[in-house]
Amino acid sequence: MIPTDIALAATDLASAGWVKVGTVDDLPELEGRRTTIEGRKVAVFRLLDGFAAIDAECPHKRGPLQDGLVADGCVTCPLHDRRIDLGTGEVMGHEGESVSVHEVYVDGTDLWVRLVGAA
Amino acid sequence: MPATPNPTGASPSGARKILVVGGGIAAQSVVEALRDRDATARITMVCEEPRLPWDRVSLSHLLIDGSVDELQLRPGTWYEDHGVELLVGERVTELDPVGHTARTSSGIEIAWDRCILATGSDALMPPIPGIDQEGVVAFRSPEDCATIQASADAGRPAAVIGGGLLGLEAARGIAARGATVTVVHLMDRLMERQLDANAAALLAPAMEELGVEVLLEKSTTRMRGVDGHVTGLDFADGTTLDADLVVMAIGIKSRTDLAKAAGLEVGRGIVVDDRLQTSAPDVFAVGECAEHRGMVYGIVAPIHDQTQVCAEAVLDGPEAAYTGSILSAKLKIMGVDLVSIGAAEGSGATVEDREARSYRKLVVQEGKLVGAVLMGDIKGHELLLDKVRTGHEVDDALALLAEASQASAADLPDTAQVCNCNGVCKGEIVQAIQDHDLGSTAEVVARTRAGAGCGTCKPLVKEILLDVRGGNVDENTYLCACLKQTREDIAGQIRAQGLESVSEVAAACGTGRECGGCNPGLAYLVSEINGNRHREERHARYINDRVHGNIQKDGTFSVVPRMKGGKTTSDELRRIADAADKYDIQTIKVTGGQRIDLLGVKKEDLPAIWEDLGMASGMAYAKSVRTVKTCVGSDHCRFGLDDSMGTGIEIEGMLEGLYTPAKVKLGVTGCPRNCAEAYIKDIGLVAIEGGWEVYVGGAGGTEVRKGDLLCTVGDKDEAIAASITFLQYYRETAEYKERTYTYMERMGLEAVQAVVFDEERGAALRERFHLAQAAAIRDPWLERRKPVVANQFSELDTEAPVFGFAPMAGDEAEAPASSAAEPVLAAGSATLAITYSDPTDGSNDR
Repeated sequence: MIPTDIALAATDLASAGWVKVGTVDDLPELEGRRTTIEGRKVAVFRLLDGFAAIDAECPHKRGPLQDGLVADGCVTCPLHDRRIDLGTGEVMGHEGESVSVHEVYVDGTDLWVRLVGAA
Repeated sequence: MPATPNPTGASPSGARKILVVGGGIAAQSVVEALRDRDATARITMVCEEPRLPWDRVSLSHLLIDGSVDELQLRPGTWYEDHGVELLVGERVTELDPVGHTARTSSGIEIAWDRCILATGSDALMPPIPGIDQEGVVAFRSPEDCATIQASADAGRPAAVIGGGLLGLEAARGIAARGATVTVVHLMDRLMERQLDANAAALLAPAMEELGVEVLLEKSTTRMRGVDGHVTGLDFADGTTLDADLVVMAIGIKSRTDLAKAAGLEVGRGIVVDDRLQTSAPDVFAVGECAEHRGMVYGIVAPIHDQTQVCAEAVLDGPEAAYTGSILSAKLKIMGVDLVSIGAAEGSGATVEDREARSYRKLVVQEGKLVGAVLMGDIKGHELLLDKVRTGHEVDDALALLAEASQASAADLPDTAQVCNCNGVCKGEIVQAIQDHDLGSTAEVVARTRAGAGCGTCKPLVKEILLDVRGGNVDENTYLCACLKQTREDIAGQIRAQGLESVSEVAAACGTGRECGGCNPGLAYLVSEINGNRHREERHARYINDRVHGNIQKDGTFSVVPRMKGGKTTSDELRRIADAADKYDIQTIKVTGGQRIDLLGVKKEDLPAIWEDLGMASGMAYAKSVRTVKTCVGSDHCRFGLDDSMGTGIEIEGMLEGLYTPAKVKLGVTGCPRNCAEAYIKDIGLVAIEGGWEVYVGGAGGTEVRKGDLLCTVGDKDEAIAASITFLQYYRETAEYKERTYTYMERMGLEAVQAVVFDEERGAALRERFHLAQAAAIRDPWLERRKPVVANQFSELDTEAPVFGFAPMAGDEAEAPASSAAEPVLAAGSATLAITYSDPTDGSNDR
């Protein structure tokens, strides 16, 4: 998921489909914030051991997932408590419902996201 | 009823006189068994301890949190209601089995037809040199617990001699208070009577993880001391251990002095036959003082078996025989699940998962199940106990083990004992649920006593309830449903370990790690117990409490400024109108709580609209004190009996900013016409001729419920005092998300009144209320000037303005936000006259 070559230049990242969305300090621990990439709303989360990014709209009623509670690698939608796995994008207990999971790359303090399929 | 009249049995009035000597679990149990069978017998209970009978099995709770009052087996009124004469703080000093009389320590003479001895036991204190020094205590009484607590809180190292159930529970309690503690055990493994070597080998490291050191095969030869106070232990192998506190928990010694002096046959205990009768015909004995077929039982479950048979025998009921009990034990230590039933040694089937630290074993002898040891995963232990009891034939032990691990409440036979503390089996619980239409675990516990002891069977009680009612149960029993931890469990840990944040609770108890759903509840609990001097972690709060607005279905927020008592000014209305235009508000709605709601505000616009409004947050998004609805009252109304508007504004000012288990709405109405709907509010004040009534637990939602009349008082100050005392009690004892109306139904009005109007407890509640209020953030909207996390109100693709700098705590500020008519400066100004209540400093609180 995450590029292994360590010293990628910003231009290399950009040409590989990555988009800089902010810095690590823009995200408080265990919270999420929304960003927009190519018109697509993406929720980026800071977990205890890294970052995660998924589509920002809950498949149920389009709740803003960046505003959900984060625990155990999942986010709970603030509108109707759907729980979504940040690793797989699956809605727990609702088979077939899911959101796209995007890649996150931390370069120093910079936070980069690459939309799924943009590689 | 007597089958044959007993020559000495009937007193002149016809009712039999029964004397019960003792005031522990056994005494209480036999009294209840007697009363269940005979409504007229004259029962006298002589309780030596200076307190009502209490649940000694739960003694270790006293080390963590709580008082012995909470462990009372029955409330004081029970004895009167059930015609039991209870003498507290009296000791029976003489017993004459021939003359059928007894005499107490204060010289009271008691004539009896039948006598039951339930004198219990003392801790075994072997004659080790130095054992009579200060700092050496048993683990038997609340006084022992107080000594242990004081020593642990002072950080003094402790040793617990004895690695059985009691010793481990005592050690865990000491460790939980942060002191170094070592369990010193004579044998080569812990709990050797209940566990086989494999289970014991898992137990020792589990205890060590809880901060309890374990020393095995240590025989204490001497207790060293300085100036008559213990300082350490010397062992037979030449090693030593420093300890300023030594807790003796190596076993019990039946209290038989009274029986001996009365000439009864006494061995290790008072010798009884299968009817629990002693060597004297009309004298019986039950519990830890009794020796039956050579056994003295030191655990609680056999007591209930004994007292049922004893009650039959005492009342000359149908022939009943007690033939002994299966020994079963459950360790009551949070995080260490362990159950031992019957025989631990022997062959059968074993399933071990070292990774998960689970060990499950069945012992089979001659084709019958005779024992089980369950460690780590104790599922199905009730089923196994029942099968050991009934001598279940086993073909395939492994299959039975698998069956037990899948067993649900529905699979249990009616005879399976669910609550060992109070001896309640499944059939009784099912019956009670059906007969009395019980709908919550709390009701089942109150009615059947199952779960009222150590509480470890409560999850099963709930499961049975769910099964009987087909899932139709309405309650918030667990704060953390994943780990089945109740609010009380977690609160105990927060207090005992001084936890100050949700993360610390997660680290200490594991709570909130799995689904995270309980994090907001934990955040409340941590803040409440620490009097709002906790470490706030916003990630544990709902989005509403992170940005101080109510999230709407389109992801925008609503903004409801505080408007105390529903009273506003033309200036405020003008600002609201201007803000509505400037921020393109979709809908402006007058709320039921007499305020104005601006709907459709984007997250990043929140700081700016608050700045423009210049009003405090109405906290219409939080589980907190919301509004105080008022009528105009005596200021204008020709029926008004008192100043309801002024009183409402005053009370709202006192409560603003306080978080509560669930939202709390108030109403203050100037006469019983109830224009402010005070009768259906969580707290409602109603002016009447000559005073005020205070109602609590009203509801006007899905359910409509008139509040319970908490009190009628002479003036508004008393009404306000009663309201805040009640509110604080609710804040401290309600389940998360439990509204006052379900809370009142669960607690009962009288029980609440007893606390709120108790002089000492009421004063303590008010003091804690004021401490919490002093540290509360009265206006969270001031975070527009002092955000608490990065990008609090913005996304990565939006920006929110930050307004100047917050005035420092203690700065002189002329008008608090609550002062309604203050003019407001232009947006962006840093000089807005609003005080900021720093959570760490209550001094500038208005």
